[in-house]
Amino acid sequence: MLRMSHIRKEFPGVVALDDVSFRMFPGEVHALMGENGAGKSTLIKVLTGVHGVDAGTIELDGARVAFSGPGEAQRSGVSTVYQEVNLCPNLSVAENICLGKEPRRRGRIDWRETRRRAAALLARLDVEVDVSAELGSCSIAVQQLVAIARALDVEARVLVLDEPTSSLDAGEVEQLLNVVRSLRDQGMAILFVSHFIEQVFAVADRMTVLRNGKLIGEYRTEEITPVDLVTRMIGKELAALEDIEDAGQSRSDVAGAPVFLEAGDVGRKGGVAPFSLDIRSGEVVGLAGLLGSGRTELARLLFGADHADSGSVRIDGEPVSLKTPRTGLDHRIAFCSENRKTEGLVEELTVRENIVLALQASRGWARPIPRRRQDEIAERYIKALDIRPANAEAKVGDLSGGNQQKVLLARWLITEPRLLILDEPTRGIDIGAKTEIQRLVARLSSEGMAVVFISAELEEVLRLSHRVVVLRDRAVVAVLDNEALTADQVMATMAEGVAR
Amino acid sequence: MTKHRLFWPVVALLALLLGDLIAHPAFFAIEFRDGHLYGNLIDILKNGAPLILIAIGMTLVVATRGIDLSVGAVVAISGALACLHLSGLGDQNSVGGTLAAVGMALGLALVLGLWNGWLVAVLGIQPIIATLILMVAGRGIAQLITGGQIITVNSHPYEWIGSGFTFGLPSAILIALAVFAIAAVLVRRSALGLLVESVGGNPEAGRLAGLRSARLIWLTYVFCALCAGIAGLMISANVHSADGNNAGQFIELDAILAVVIGGTQLTGGRFSLTGSVIGALLIQTLTTTVYALGIAPQAIMLFKAVVVLAVCLLQSPVFRKKLARRRKTAPPSPAVRPEKVEAGV
Repeated sequence: MLRMSHIRKEFPGVVALDDVSFRMFPGEVHALMGENGAGKSTLIKVLTGVHGVDAGTIELDGARVAFSGPGEAQRSGVSTVYQEVNLCPNLSVAENICLGKEPRRRGRIDWRETRRRAAALLARLDVEVDVSAELGSCSIAVQQLVAIARALDVEARVLVLDEPTSSLDAGEVEQLLNVVRSLRDQGMAILFVSHFIEQVFAVADRMTVLRNGKLIGEYRTEEITPVDLVTRMIGKELAALEDIEDAGQSRSDVAGAPVFLEAGDVGRKGGVAPFSLDIRSGEVVGLAGLLGSGRTELARLLFGADHADSGSVRIDGEPVSLKTPRTGLDHRIAFCSENRKTEGLVEELTVRENIVLALQASRGWARPIPRRRQDEIAERYIKALDIRPANAEAKVGDLSGGNQQKVLLARWLITEPRLLILDEPTRGIDIGAKTEIQRLVARLSSEGMAVVFISAELEEVLRLSHRVVVLRDRAVVAVLDNEALTADQVMATMAEGVAR
Repeated sequence: MTKHRLFWPVVALLALLLGDLIAHPAFFAIEFRDGHLYGNLIDILKNGAPLILIAIGMTLVVATRGIDLSVGAVVAISGALACLHLSGLGDQNSVGGTLAAVGMALGLALVLGLWNGWLVAVLGIQPIIATLILMVAGRGIAQLITGGQIITVNSHPYEWIGSGFTFGLPSAILIALAVFAIAAVLVRRSALGLLVESVGGNPEAGRLAGLRSARLIWLTYVFCALCAGIAGLMISANVHSADGNNAGQFIELDAILAVVIGGTQLTGGRFSLTGSVIGALLIQTLTTTVYALGIAPQAIMLFKAVVVLAVCLLQSPVFRKKLARRRKTAPPSPAVRPEKVEAGV
């Protein structure tokens, strides 16, 4: 029904899609799989006309098409439901569904017809909801279904669902997948994007895997196992990963160390399911899991960036309440967010000001760090972490990503934390800086600092960690001792949800 | 030097003064009479003192991404309460009674600041709405205090605040300078400035760095209301009366304008107290110029509107991009921006 051939798309300095072909059949759910940055979103945007192509063709029903934008794509029968629900919560369900294409009678909107049409569409999805209810009062799942209903309102033959389940709970997911199946049975071609391996296997008939903008392959669901899929997404042959040296200390070194933090059944609804975890001083605990598996959510609970709605945390055996980042800081826990720009740095402030911020916050405003000491600290960490340009008064916003990461790291290191949580500290930075940060983590832990290390790169996690916590679908599925642990085993656990 | 953020506001101020010199040479005449200095320049300082004070308070609020529309109302309330207390005294010239009146007025201003800060920092109401409440209600409160009348007072110690002279200079400007000095020392010698800039620059990053942002934001509203309270005393002392209806009317707009001219962006973050003082002086000079040149006072609002328009346009990224595109040969946007402010003046 739909065929994209040899698509190439370049953005300044990066090839987002390189010779990617993709096809869709009526009455079939086709999953598009790949890690972050693999090119999934770009492919969808090329398909729906948000981006033009640099090379390659798109055919719909055998006729060549080039949509000028989502509107035109929709009129030709290609509808898209984006990850974030793009609806107006203050309007009614019916108004949302018919927004922009309200049935009119003598120049006025025919409200009765609007409601009737909305109800009919929702009935097709087996959703029972009052169409005159305000959308914001409905659950996220219903909102997601309303978004789909809106997409179906035009004569859609191709439906693109970009991460439709990312904010739904298990029951809601099942409802949505049922809707997807019933639409498929009605002959629609559905493009399904999800980070949840389980859902993909439950609903997809066919999968296409992308990696770094390249097509890895197209598979029928029955031809491929979850482990194969994950391997292809991550792009490391299992055999090649097996000979990774465990450069970190062995498990026995830290077994005798006192437990610093003890989490018992800590969880947050919509974040991560309750988990229990002990972290010892001097121990590096790696978090492994695909994007969206709950790695960041777990880390945020340990710091107090979000507060848990179940369970309890003990530090040095004493029960504590980690409600705000401030309480985390007071208990000498540090959290380097993966979102440097939005959650880490204050871009218009200088390198020096950003570095001293957390330390200053813990001292309170009335006890300023003397300027000379600030300069010393900044100089020392600029040198130690090789921050460039080596100018403490440079605006942080002007630094490159890797250097910004080092500034953020420096901010937390000067607070002398007992537990350092690093969320993707090496993402998007060059190999040299990466090695430096890894070495730093190993050194800090040997000095007795506990570290929680999150990375999408399994290699890195295995190299540094004493233990690996494996997450999947927002729950901890296993805690593995990194004693002769192989990437193979971790990947199998990530894919299947049980330790092998 | 053109890179310095205060360069263009200062140039704009000097350009305006230069314009005055050319159009009206007597503008700069300063007389020494009865041990006091008189003249247009002195008038600018004296009449500009309340605006300078409020602009200082407003700067910190704006730096946290907030805004305080209620300062005009606080001006009216503070003046009303002080005059009410004074008018009830047997001896209006008693220093003790005047101090009590001032203390009561500032105490009430503090409470009003706590109220604003509570709405914004604790309840999370948008600052423009939260302070709009007091902006509207405050006039009513001031009217209640004065009983709908204009209360006149005859107290020398009180008048000193508004129209008195010390060391030959207007006391009002000395008070404003003192507050400026205290605020500057407080924000730059303690860590307050850095923390406020972080909260305004990136609230989530600030939170994750362990800042108690709510408390900080609260503090800025309290400080702003206190500044407005002092300004209210000056304004009422200057005219020896309290007018719940007209005192401090539209001063919130002037203060916001002064802050923006001074280089503090309404989107929060980096702020400059000195810039705001220069901005306030620029606005006051504009007003005095209009009077001195014999232009109808009704036109003042129009002049100010032109300045507001120019500043707003230049803060709009779209407009700046268009401007930069149009004059590709000219220096890039940072230099373009304040030139326009001048043109608007």
